[in-house]
Amino acid sequence: MDVLTPRSLEQALRLKAERPDAVPIQGGTDVMVELNFDRARPAALLNLNEVAELRGWSRQNGRVWLGSGLTYAEAMERPLAEALPALAEAARTVGGPQIRNRGTIGGNLGTASPAGDALPPLLVCGAEVKIASVRGERIVPLPDFVVGPKRNVLAEDELILGVSVGGTESRQTFMKVGPRNAMVIAVVSLAVRVDGDLRAAFGSAGPVPTLVRAGLGDVDSFPQRVAEAASPIDDVRGTASYRRHALRILTRRALDRCLV
Amino acid sequence: MRIELSVNGEPCEADVWEGESLLYALRERLGLPGSKNACEQGECGSCSVLLDGKLVCACLVLAAQAEGHEIVTVEGLAEDGRLHKVQEAFVAAGAVQCGFCTPGLVVATADLLARNVYPSDDDIREALSGNLCRCTGYAKIFDAVRMAAASL
Repeated sequence: MDVLTPRSLEQALRLKAERPDAVPIQGGTDVMVELNFDRARPAALLNLNEVAELRGWSRQNGRVWLGSGLTYAEAMERPLAEALPALAEAARTVGGPQIRNRGTIGGNLGTASPAGDALPPLLVCGAEVKIASVRGERIVPLPDFVVGPKRNVLAEDELILGVSVGGTESRQTFMKVGPRNAMVIAVVSLAVRVDGDLRAAFGSAGPVPTLVRAGLGDVDSFPQRVAEAASPIDDVRGTASYRRHALRILTRRALDRCLV
Repeated sequence: MRIELSVNGEPCEADVWEGESLLYALRERLGLPGSKNACEQGECGSCSVLLDGKLVCACLVLAAQAEGHEIVTVEGLAEDGRLHKVQEAFVAAGAVQCGFCTPGLVVATADLLARNVYPSDDDIREALSGNLCRCTGYAKIFDAVRMAAASL
C-alpha cells in the first residue's frame, strides 16, 4: 500500500489522475474503520489532510462555500452555525467530540451513505457539489451527486472540492432518531426549511437522502407527503413502518419549530 | 514507511506499515501503551489523544497522517513526576474500576477543562459522550471531572 500526501490541490489532482485507485482519506472516520477491520486494502491512500485549499468556509454572493475538509466541529461554530443552523444541529449529532473533530463534510459526500447526517441539511439548502480533476471542474447539484447507497457520480480521477449552499439564515432545523444522543447512526433523520416554500430532506429512509418540496399552503399535508416520499427498509436499526411513522411526526415537529 | 512526528513534546520517528493507525504506531512502535485499543472504529474513545491540540480517536488517524504533527497521549499529561489534576481527581474520586477506559476519559476531560474551566453537567456529558465505561455507571467519573474543575 502507498500513502500519497499532496501539499496542494494541484498536486492532489495530479496524484489522483496518476493513481485513480488511490482512496481519498481526510478525517478517516469511515476509511480507517474499513482498514482496521480488514474490509478494504486499497492499493493506495490519498491523504488530503495537508491540502489547505480544501479547508474552511467562506461567504460567496449570498451563498456559503464549505470546503470538503470542513469538520463537523467547525460546522458547529458561530458564525457558520448561525448561517446554516440545520447543518450545525446535524453536525452536533455526529458521533462524539473525537469524531466531530475529524469527520468532514467532504467525507460524508464521498461515502454517500443513506444515513449521512450532513446530507439532509445540505439538500434543503440547495447544495451544489464542486468536483475537480486535472481535466477541469464541474458542479453537480447534490440530488444528482448521490446516485445510490454509498454511490456517487465521482469519476476515478476526481476529488470533491466542497459544496456551495444557499438558504442561509432561513428558518431551518434538523432532527434525528436514535437510541441515544451521541454515537448514533440515524434510524431516521430529517432537515426542514421554510423559506418561500416548504422543503424537507430525510436520511436513513430510502437508498439515498431525498428532498421533498411543497408550497407554503401545504403545511397540513406536508408531513404525510414526506412520509410517503420515503422508501425505507427493515434493518437492524429499525423497521420500515416505524421510519415512515417517525418521519411524519418529525416533519410536523420541525414545521412547528420553523413556523413560529 | 518512516514517519517523523512529535509525541508528548519529543520529536520521534517510527517505521510504520502504510495502512496502520496512529494508535497502533503509538502502542506497538513507540512503546506508549497508555492509549487503549478496543473498538477500532471510533465508538469507545479509549484511544483518545490530542492531535495538534484536538481530541481525536487515534484508531481513526492513519499513522502516516501524523507525519509532522504534534500528538499528546495520556503519558504526556503528567509534568515533572506529578500527575495532572485530572489524573489526581480520578484517583481521589475512585473513578477507576477496571481502568481500561480511564486513559481516554482522562485525556477527554483534560481537553474539556482546557477549553471550559466551569463545565456544567451537560457540558461534561457532551464532552465525554464519545467515551464508554462499562464498569462505573459514570457517577464517579462525573465526581472526578467536577473535582478536577474545582482544583484548576
